[in-house]
Amino acid sequence: MDKMPKWADVILIPLISLILAAILSALVILGIGEDPVAAVKLMVDGALGSTYGWGYTLYYATNFMFTGLAVAVAFHARMFNIGGEGQAMLGGLGVALACLYVPWPHWSLALIAASVGAMIFGAAWAAIPAYLQAKRGSHIVITTIMFNFIAAAVLNYMLVNVMRPKGSMDPASARFPEAVHLPTLHELLAPLGISFSKAAPANISLLLAVAACVLVWALIWRTRLGYEIRAYGHSETGALYAGISPVRITMIAMLISGALAGLMATNNVMGEAERLVMNATEGAGFIGIAVALMGRSHPFGVFLAAILFGFLYQGGAELALWTSIPRELIVVIQALVILFTGALDNMVRMPLERLFLALRRKDA
Amino acid sequence: MTFMKSLMGATAAFALSAGAALAEPALIFDLGGKFDKSFNEAAFNGAKRWADETGGSFREIELQSEAQREQALRRFAEAGANPVITMGFAMADPLSAVAADYPDTKFVAVDVTWLDAPNIRQIGFAEHEGSYLVGMLAAMASKSGTVGFVGGMDIPLIRHFGCGYAQGAKAVNPDIKIVANMTGTTPAAWNDPVKGSELTKAQISQGADVIYAAAGGTGVGVLQTAADEGILSIGVDSNQNHLHPGKVLTSMLKRVDVAVYDAMKAGADVETGVFVLGLAEEGVGYALDDNNASLVTDDMKMAADSARQKIIDGELSVVSYYDNDSCPALSF
Repeated sequence: MDKMPKWADVILIPLISLILAAILSALVILGIGEDPVAAVKLMVDGALGSTYGWGYTLYYATNFMFTGLAVAVAFHARMFNIGGEGQAMLGGLGVALACLYVPWPHWSLALIAASVGAMIFGAAWAAIPAYLQAKRGSHIVITTIMFNFIAAAVLNYMLVNVMRPKGSMDPASARFPEAVHLPTLHELLAPLGISFSKAAPANISLLLAVAACVLVWALIWRTRLGYEIRAYGHSETGALYAGISPVRITMIAMLISGALAGLMATNNVMGEAERLVMNATEGAGFIGIAVALMGRSHPFGVFLAAILFGFLYQGGAELALWTSIPRELIVVIQALVILFTGALDNMVRMPLERLFLALRRKDA
Repeated sequence: MTFMKSLMGATAAFALSAGAALAEPALIFDLGGKFDKSFNEAAFNGAKRWADETGGSFREIELQSEAQREQALRRFAEAGANPVITMGFAMADPLSAVAADYPDTKFVAVDVTWLDAPNIRQIGFAEHEGSYLVGMLAAMASKSGTVGFVGGMDIPLIRHFGCGYAQGAKAVNPDIKIVANMTGTTPAAWNDPVKGSELTKAQISQGADVIYAAAGGTGVGVLQTAADEGILSIGVDSNQNHLHPGKVLTSMLKRVDVAVYDAMKAGADVETGVFVLGLAEEGVGYALDDNNASLVTDDMKMAADSARQKIIDGELSVVSYYDNDSCPALSF
């Protein structure tokens, strides 16, 4: 029997954690002599108060949806994929190669090809740690985090020595041709008569991310493969007894995870920068871990958590722009949210569980 | 600061209108952050000097993500900040997209020289010339015939530094051995003093007794370890001689502070175009002060100064790595 109703598990616990994080953040802001109420107002206004703010919030959220889903899928097979960062970097390489070296007639074809490229490169980068885990028992946490550094080195080499246009001092690829420009939300919504900020980078890959959320939900809870992944995650010996191959599930779960992380590049590389830069992922792979933890590895939870972190990123940027609150403090606020929603989950959960049990006993 | 605080209570929309009336300059720091003891901090020092002298105030932001580059440019331009000063070569691409949308705003781009826009003041530094001089000093100070170079990341800009350094060292001693290492491949490489320290120890074990650090905050670890191990080091960008008096041979100066100060002083009337600041313009050079006076002998100073004059006069040319993406004195 469940210790508490589902709505409490899904909504109440994250909400209380968030409020705790917010209270602590407010105390920190007070501590450095700033006004927390004004700071929160500025964050909310800056991130959600205009289509411009929403455009940035959703842009960041798109990144986090992809990496959050990547971590979530691996979680279901009880694997901790910390390599989302590296897989997304390699995904960027796949996108850049697809966009730069093929003359696409239309962005829709380019998006399909770039997505495939991103998935293949991301999955390939996850395949080696997955194989080492499945066949050799090398711990996936260690190998994926090592592969992040190798990915950074590969990208560095490619950008400095291979893909950098002649004469440019910036270690970045050439700009993608105009034909592969992805429509932004401004361009998508204009025909519908909705005006959306032109300057914001949110683009059609947001829809791709939402579709990925739905597909991952269908995969995990509505297919045989998803059942096998979950069974393996709950009990390896049980899965083995049921005839599920651990090697196969480890490989498949990690390949899907890597492909999802790689897909992030359709947003940040193809949609926003329209060229491959060295620091393209900037930690989104790691934020994905927090997003998956907070979203309880459920695609809908990942969707909401990604938007929350998008809000924190964009709101934090506004704080940095218009106040003298140092950017380190914004990192502190983000860290507090991660700490309370991820690491200190049980601090809220256990008292709540006791409370609900006590209430139930009274009813009975 | 009081102005900033009054902004706190306001919405972003209010901030926009308040900024438009003031037309103060804005400064956009690169991802390394304001207090990197090097490139960005030099810019901050220049801006602070301007603010102290004139009593003016300036807007600033430390970038946290790539997407913020264009965002910060647009927000400052829309808020009426003028000029908008950017740090680092990575701003070139966003600037090329944004500058045309704000023809009345002047942009100042430090470390960018290749854009084509009428309202950008592009400032480049001839880092290879300054590095050449400190390379000469390193080779003259070295007793082992081996000198070291610790770069931040393996990117063209840092190869540019290392290439000038190697040419200067080889000009003094053609047989000199140059040990070159890069710190890392992620942005953390610019602020990793521990790794800088490890690389210094590794280079010492290969015989290096003068090490030049061109690695931002990582250089702090290089200078510290060199001082601890009793060898000499060379600082970069700002004058870092004072960090370990008597143990830092010299510093390769890159006068970012002067460039930022001048731009802020000129205000909205700042002259646009491409400006490359070399030895002649005193945009680069080597630092000589009380802290390293005992390390740089008269002979060394004379040799370096005569090379400096020859470079200014055009008698001696230092090959720039940028010219054809290769270096005659050092392979990367």
